[in-house]
Amino acid sequence: MLGAAVVAFLLALAPLAARAVSSPAEMLPDRKQELRAEAIGHQLRCLVCQNESVEESDADLARDLRRIIRTRVQAGDTDQQVIDWMVARYGDFVRLKPPFDAQTLVLWFAPALALGAGAVAVLFARRRRPAPPAPLSAEERRRLARLIEP
Amino acid sequence: MSLPTAPASRRLLLLAPLAVAGAGGVAFFVLLDRMSKGTYDPHGLPSMLIGKKLPAFDLPGLGQAPGISSAAIAAGGRPVLVNFFASWCVPCVEEAATLMALKGQGVPIYGIAYKDKEAATKSFLARNGDPYAAIGRDDPGRVAIDFGVYGVPETYVVDAQGIVRFRWAGALTQDVVQQSIMPLMKASS
Repeated sequence: MLGAAVVAFLLALAPLAARAVSSPAEMLPDRKQELRAEAIGHQLRCLVCQNESVEESDADLARDLRRIIRTRVQAGDTDQQVIDWMVARYGDFVRLKPPFDAQTLVLWFAPALALGAGAVAVLFARRRRPAPPAPLSAEERRRLARLIEP
Repeated sequence: MSLPTAPASRRLLLLAPLAVAGAGGVAFFVLLDRMSKGTYDPHGLPSMLIGKKLPAFDLPGLGQAPGISSAAIAAGGRPVLVNFFASWCVPCVEEAATLMALKGQGVPIYGIAYKDKEAATKSFLARNGDPYAAIGRDDPGRVAIDFGVYGVPETYVVDAQGIVRFRWAGALTQDVVQQSIMPLMKASS
């Protein structure tokens, strides 16, 4: 029953994945090259819509960039060369996955920093907590019993 | 029974959230103010061209008019503006008056018509004024990609040595001209 629900859910997602394929007219005749071009396009941001990859976007500029990726792949550029070509013009923003360098150090370590800050906060909170009160003495216990007696 | 009074420093700590909220409010106000003046664009991207030579290009002109080339601009020996525009672009209409005012002040502006039909460009210029010293037609939009253009209009300040000093994406406003462009035009002349 649960298995069927999972399958139905995955099937519902299928059209989303299929949408990523560009129109047949744009595709390279060589299947291997086309797959490489698509993989590169998925790593590059469409500068117009900013939250879609070049491969998924309908924007004019994204179409132009798709065409350039394919021309360069056909000309024999490596994946890295194509990405560098884009970065030279549009900066690191064009990469959907930011590079690991001095500028993005804080970005990449943010989760670790947040965790560290949390740990420090917990430590401090623990230290501040006052020591638990001493247990009642025999005299106090007798008094308490008298007070709560019905 | 009364609660023990906290030391002054601890009581001051109670004001911390208020101070943070206050600082946030001031920052937000400055942001909105700069956005409304048009000197800050939250979608703006830094240009990779700043401090670099103009990308090489040689574009045909409108009709029989001569086009423009990067070599000719760099050889001019004076700071210029390079403005990407299109007849189909609404903010281009918006900035037309600002460009005409710049032309009136003697600032040389080179126009690059981005993905536009020749006739459409001509009628756009007839309607909104022609602020350009010369126009190059970039029909395929390929030169725009070498500039890192991601939308029209975009304006570049190129200094007397042909080095790009500033890029503004979006319609130019008087504030952008006064605060960013004019100081650069004077500094690099």
